[in-house]
Amino acid sequence: MNEEWVAVCRVEDIPVLGARRIARERGAAVAVFRTADDRVFALLDRCPHKGGPLSQGIVAGDGVACPLHNWTIGLADGCARGADSGCTPKFAVRVQGGRVHLDAQELLQHALDPVAA
Amino acid sequence: MQKMKLVMVGNGMAGVRTLEELLKIAPDLYDITVFGAEPHPNYNRILLSPVLAGEQTLDEIVLNPLAWYEQQGIRLHLGRKVVRIDRVKRLVHAEDGTAAAYDRLLLATGSSPFMLPVPGKDLDGVIAYRDIADTQAMIDAAARYKNAVVIGGGLLGLEAANGLMRRGMQVTVVHLMPWLMERQLDEVAGGMLRQSLQERGIRFELGAQTEALVGEARVRAVRFKDGREIPADLVVMAAGIRPNTLLAESTGLHCQRGIVVNDTLQTVTDPRIYAVGECAAHRGIAYGLVAPLFEQGKVCATHLAQFGIGRYSGSQTSTKLKVTGIDLFSAGDFMGGDGAEEIVLSDPYAGVYKKLVIKDDKLIGACLYGDTVDGSWYFKLLREGRKVGDIRDKLMFGESSLGDAGHQGHSKAAAMADSDEVCGCNGVTKVTICKAIKDKGLFTLDEVRKHTKASASCGSCTGLVEQLLMATAGGDYSAAPKTKAMCGCTEHGHQAVRDAIRDRHLLSIDEVYRALDWRTPNGCASCRPAVNYYLLSTWPKEARDDPQSRFINERSHANIQKDGTYSVIPRMWGGMTSSSELRRIADVVDKYKIPSVKVTGGQRLDLLGVKKEDLPAVWKDIGMPSGHAYAKALRTVKTCVGSEWCRFGTQDSTKMGQDLERALWRMYAPHKVKLAVSGCPRNCAEAGIKDVGVVGVDSGWEIHIAGNAGIKTEVAQFFVKVKTPDEVREYSGAFLQLYREEGWYLERTVHYLHRVGMEHVKKRVLDDAAGRKALWERLQFSLDDEPDPWFEFEKAQVDLRQFEPLRPVIPIVEAV
Repeated sequence: MNEEWVAVCRVEDIPVLGARRIARERGAAVAVFRTADDRVFALLDRCPHKGGPLSQGIVAGDGVACPLHNWTIGLADGCARGADSGCTPKFAVRVQGGRVHLDAQELLQHALDPVAA
Repeated sequence: MQKMKLVMVGNGMAGVRTLEELLKIAPDLYDITVFGAEPHPNYNRILLSPVLAGEQTLDEIVLNPLAWYEQQGIRLHLGRKVVRIDRVKRLVHAEDGTAAAYDRLLLATGSSPFMLPVPGKDLDGVIAYRDIADTQAMIDAAARYKNAVVIGGGLLGLEAANGLMRRGMQVTVVHLMPWLMERQLDEVAGGMLRQSLQERGIRFELGAQTEALVGEARVRAVRFKDGREIPADLVVMAAGIRPNTLLAESTGLHCQRGIVVNDTLQTVTDPRIYAVGECAAHRGIAYGLVAPLFEQGKVCATHLAQFGIGRYSGSQTSTKLKVTGIDLFSAGDFMGGDGAEEIVLSDPYAGVYKKLVIKDDKLIGACLYGDTVDGSWYFKLLREGRKVGDIRDKLMFGESSLGDAGHQGHSKAAAMADSDEVCGCNGVTKVTICKAIKDKGLFTLDEVRKHTKASASCGSCTGLVEQLLMATAGGDYSAAPKTKAMCGCTEHGHQAVRDAIRDRHLLSIDEVYRALDWRTPNGCASCRPAVNYYLLSTWPKEARDDPQSRFINERSHANIQKDGTYSVIPRMWGGMTSSSELRRIADVVDKYKIPSVKVTGGQRLDLLGVKKEDLPAVWKDIGMPSGHAYAKALRTVKTCVGSEWCRFGTQDSTKMGQDLERALWRMYAPHKVKLAVSGCPRNCAEAGIKDVGVVGVDSGWEIHIAGNAGIKTEVAQFFVKVKTPDEVREYSGAFLQLYREEGWYLERTVHYLHRVGMEHVKKRVLDDAAGRKALWERLQFSLDDEPDPWFEFEKAQVDLRQFEPLRPVIPIVEAV
């Protein structure tokens, strides 16, 4: 079936080196991040460590530091860096005409169940 | 593109670590060839002693199995000794004719044992103690023969003696010097060590000079200068090691007590050739301990990777003996001498001896026997060159005497059960640490911290973690260059960054990163908040705050909780409140269904479990100023009821506290700042454990500074006594401004004071009246017109978008 892309915001709605949260009907929120060079990534807003909201972390380079215990999570793959290990689900992102789009199917169905907390 | 060729001569710990570092940062740059004289892959040479003692097996000490070399695409020539380097054609030649061409050559030839030049040194049964073959020869000899003699009573010799003794041999240690390990221990500690080893059955010949080794084919006895002979079926030479420079010398590389290298580990003769490890002489020193060698490897790798960053500037080292059940530690100049003072604790009955050597108010050496848990603390004091006058009376009793918590007072890791908690901050047990060390091949304290978080927070269990590291991996703690880098993004330390911002008038994070050659484009979660603070505190009203470089609490102006909700603490000046404030708070709790309300230690109310979306409305409805309970800033001024109500009160502490709080609120600082004002010396406001503690007395006010009730309870030190409330504000404010200007990010006042010393602070704040007034004025200038972030969003740069989640409209999608 066809992919449905949903516009969630404009790129400039996300602070540079920051994030926005996207609430979902079901499941944890999705965090969309913006890097210094305006790349946009989306991850489930939940650190693989203790479930911290990654959207609230400090973004540097292409990683985000979780606000709870400072794990660094790669924005592109959702995986912990350095000596820590674990991954959080990632979401497809498409930026077109300055607008950030997520996959509707994913928003509705991806990563709904809490992965072993 | 054709890859460059890297050849490494030597397959030991320092060299292979360098390759590992290189492969991490530039995996595809080189075609790598390694020559090893031994027939084994890289193994942990430090653990040969436990192998000899039968505590570990050879398999267990292999660090990089053959499969590793294969996976990395490294061409490995084992058992082939390189005998010639042709620097013109850039070829190395091995004994068996194997040759390899190089673009870069890494020499990691290690060291060779020094063989005493006495008759009989070539007899069978005379060996050195250096590698697996030697160890195996000793293990075999122990199975067949009875008498062993170890020549050399240093670290290596004693470990060999202990191992052979454990394998059932009768061992005699022959040592030329009057006491054992004279380069690491003083006479008393050396004597205690001998006593303890004697009790285990080792014999000693001290001050004895070996004249000859006697025997026909195999050694039979050792003869001394005085004519005596003692039986010996095995003689182990452990009289020292020499950097192995034969190959380097023969190819014309400058050698002097090692292959001479510069700070980038390049040989000074040929820039294509690098040298690391025990064979390299850096600033005249050839190191023999793991940590400095690994540090060298790291620096060397960055240069091989052509990043051109990083310099090795030398290490200070300390020593521990790897003989199970014997704890000794020494570092620095432990013998003392001219102008040095000694503090000694000696309890031979309990087997404890500690000597600290102090010169010019600094610890310059330490020698510990029997109780070494504070070794790392002494080593830290020694490296930092910190003045010790203020803690001198407690110095001998260790770091824990300064207040400690978190590991139940344990001081011997070996005595702890596997399930015991070593690190109370991060809940890390002994077994977790040991397992990580083994499974992940960790060697240094930093690595253990990264992988397990043990001792990574308050650090009070550092000594225990080091003991575990020592016992499990044989790691040593000869840590670190003198200035610690702020984080992995830079080689600069906090002070260098502060200085650069001031001296070069840098005004933005980007400018700082450019000026100081940061390695990462936008830093990390550790350096960016620090740099942001340094800019704001150095150039108030000039540098612009960057909220995205602040931790979430300072961006959302509330404390994030473990479930992602926030807590809200409104300011109550001096801990005083009123019926209308309480009524508004009660209404807000009901209206926003806030699950918990708690009275804090700082005399305020904490509303816990507030949803982020509700924060702005909660602030508005409460209508009280921000308590900054979430910020590295002035938190509270705790007060007692004082002379207004109390029958003992001598001063109006409540008013004093409120005045101080109004003068200082909105003050960001390197870390949180807490004040207290008590109205009399009974000190009900607990001023003794605050960053600034003010105590009213009949004739005025006493000001105490740099107290802390945190991980280590630190009692505030008496600073000054003043007469008027104006003076209290001026002196307290001046001290805090000095801390704001000089403190390192996340350094509490107590640690700041430890670092700079009370003398310095007194000189700037008490002795220099004009300087004090200037400090106080600078603080007032910084605070003037600062916004309350709960109400002046724009001015405080509060990004309101964060409080509203996006709610995209999702079109109905057909079910899959």
